[in-house]
Amino acid sequence: MANIYVAGYDGSTAGRRAVDYAVARAEAAGAELLVAHVLEWSPYSFLTPEEIAERHKRRTEELKRAESAVTGPLAADLSGRGVKISTEIRYGHVAETLCEIAKEHGALQIFIGRTGHSTVVERLFGSVAGTLAQIAPVPCTIVP
Amino acid sequence: MKHIRETRIAASAAGLSLLAGTAGAQTLDETINATFASATGWFVNFIFAPFPGTSFPWIVAWLVVAASVFTLYFGFIQFRVIRHSIQLVKGDFSDPNDAGEVSHFQALATALSGTVGLGNIAGVAVAVGIGGPGATFWMILAGLLGMASKFTECTLGVKYRNEYEDGTVSGGPMYYITKGFAERGKPGGKVLAALFAVFCILGSFGGGNMFQANQAHQQLSGVLGEYPGWITGVVFAIIVFIVIVGGIKSIAQVTEKVVPFMAILYCGTALIIILMNIGNIGWAFGQIFAGAFTDMGIAGGAVGALIQGFKRAAFSNEAGVGSAAIAHSAVRTKEPITEGFVSLLEPFIDTVVICTMTALVIIFTQQLIVDPETGRYVMDEATGRIATIDGNSGVGLTSAAFASAFSWFPYLLVIAVVLFAFSTMISWSYYGLKAWTYLFGEGKTQELIFKLLFCFFVIVGAAASLGPVIDFSDAAIFAMAVVNIIGLYVLMPIVKREVESYLGRLRSGEIRKFA
Repeated sequence: MANIYVAGYDGSTAGRRAVDYAVARAEAAGAELLVAHVLEWSPYSFLTPEEIAERHKRRTEELKRAESAVTGPLAADLSGRGVKISTEIRYGHVAETLCEIAKEHGALQIFIGRTGHSTVVERLFGSVAGTLAQIAPVPCTIVP
Repeated sequence: MKHIRETRIAASAAGLSLLAGTAGAQTLDETINATFASATGWFVNFIFAPFPGTSFPWIVAWLVVAASVFTLYFGFIQFRVIRHSIQLVKGDFSDPNDAGEVSHFQALATALSGTVGLGNIAGVAVAVGIGGPGATFWMILAGLLGMASKFTECTLGVKYRNEYEDGTVSGGPMYYITKGFAERGKPGGKVLAALFAVFCILGSFGGGNMFQANQAHQQLSGVLGEYPGWITGVVFAIIVFIVIVGGIKSIAQVTEKVVPFMAILYCGTALIIILMNIGNIGWAFGQIFAGAFTDMGIAGGAVGALIQGFKRAAFSNEAGVGSAAIAHSAVRTKEPITEGFVSLLEPFIDTVVICTMTALVIIFTQQLIVDPETGRYVMDEATGRIATIDGNSGVGLTSAAFASAFSWFPYLLVIAVVLFAFSTMISWSYYGLKAWTYLFGEGKTQELIFKLLFCFFVIVGAAASLGPVIDFSDAAIFAMAVVNIIGLYVLMPIVKREVESYLGRLRSGEIRKFA
C-alpha cells in the first residue's frame, strides 16, 4: 500500500499552511496526500421541525458548496505538484472524523493547522488541533 | 426585512384599535372568552359525549381501545423492542455515510419538544386535581399502551411520506391515509385525509397554541401580579410571528436547545422533592392504587379517575393523534420501522417519566385536601375539583407543590412553562402548516394566511379563561385521533409486515450494528 498522509483543511489560511507543509513532506517522502474537509455535525444537536424537513436539501447544498468553494479550488491549485492528491468531504466531529479517515486509509500521519490565538472557548473546550494531538492514532503534525 | 417591519406595525395597530373598540361594559378578556365559549361549545360537546347512560366519554374509550388493539396486534411490541430502540437512538445502527442527515435522536428530540410541554406540568395537575391520585395509575397505563399507537403511526409516517425534488419532505397522517388506502384498495382515503387535515389545523390552534398561551399567561401573572391576558398574548404573538413569518430561526434554535435542559432540571427537582418526602411513599402509592380502583370521594369515583388519567395522558403524549408522525417522517432511514421503534420511546419519556414526576410531587407534598375523619378527598363544590391547600388548579397547583419544597421554584417554572409553551407552539405551527398546505396547496400566500391566523389565536388563547380553552384544545386534538386511528386500523397489516420482515433480518444478522 502506498504511503498516505492526511491533511485537515477548512478553507482558512491556517488550514492552507498545513496543506502546503503536508504537500512538501509528502513530496519528499513519495507519499500520497488525502485532503479532508470535515463539516462540523453532531447527530445529537437539536433541530426545529422545519430544519428537520429541510435537512436533506441543506445537506446536499452544503456538500456542493464545500466541493465548489473549499476542496475543488484547492485540488485545482495543487494539481501541478508532483504529489497524488485526493479530497474527501465528511460530516462529523472534526478531530474524531480526521482520526477515522486516517484509520480507514491506513494513513501514516495527520497534518492540521492552528489559528494561533487561544479564545476563552478554546481554553474551556479545547481546539480541534489540541483534541487531535490527544486522540490521533498516528503521529500528528500541528502546523502553526 | 422592510416587509417584516411593515407587517409588524400593521399587526400592532390592529391590536390597538381592537382594544379601543371594546372599552365598554365588558373587558376585552371577557368578550373574547364569551365569544370563544359559545362558538366552540357544540364541537366540544360532540367530542366528549358520554356513552348513553354513563359518564364515560366515547373518545377516551376510542383511544384506549386503539392503543390496546395495537399492543395486542403487535405482540406487546413496546416491551419487546425497547432495548433495540435505545440502540437506534444511540446511533449504533446508523450508516456513517448518512452523517449530516437527520438522526433518530434528532427526530425523537424534536417530536418530544412538541409534546413535552404544558400537558406534563399543567395537564397532569388538572388530572390529579379532578381525578385524584388514582388518575396517576391510569395515566401511566395509558402511556404504556400509547407507545404501540405511536409506533404504528410513526412507521407509517416515514413509509408514506412525500419526498420532493428539492430534497424536502412532507409526511404525516394526511399522506399515509391517502397513499396507504389507495395501496390497499380501500375507498375514502382522500376524504379521511382531508378531514384529518382540518382537525389538525384546529388542534394546532387549540392544544398546540391557545392552551399553551393561556397557561403561560397564568404562570406569568402569578409571578408578576394580575394583568390582562391579551398583553401576554400580544407579546407571545409577536415573538411567534418573528419566528414563523420572519424566519428568524435563532429564537427557535435557542429554545430547542434550552428545552431539553429544562426538562432534565424539572425531573431532577421533582426527584429531589420526592426524596425529601420519601416518608410518604407508602401512603402516596396507597392513594394512587386505592384511587384507581375505589371511590375516594372524587367526582365520578374510580371511573372519574380513569377518565382523567386517560384523557390527560392522551393529551400529553399525543399517541394516536398523528401529530408526531409529521415530525418523525423526515428521518433518513432505509427502514421506516426503525423510526417507529424510536418513536415509541416518546410516550414513555413524556408520560411514564415526566407526567408521573409531576403527579408524584403533587401527591407527595399533600396539596390535595383529605378529610381526616373519612379519609376521602374534600370536594370544592364550586369548581368540581378536589379542594387544594391554596385553592390552586392547573399549572398553579404544580407550582404550589414544587414551591412547598423550594420557594424559588415558581420562578424557574415560569421560565420552563414559557419555554415549553413556546417550543410546543413552534412545533404545532409546523404541524398545522403541513395540514394547511395539504388542503390549500403549497405556496407563500397560503402559508402566510395560516401563520397570521396562528398568531391571532395566540392572543385569543392568552385572553380566554382556562375552562373553554382546555375543552376546545382537547376536543380538537381528540378529533384528529378519531380520523387517524381509523387510518391506523386499516393500515396496521402493512406495519405488521414491516415488523416481521425487520425483526427477522435483525435476528438472522442481516441487519447489523455499524459501530
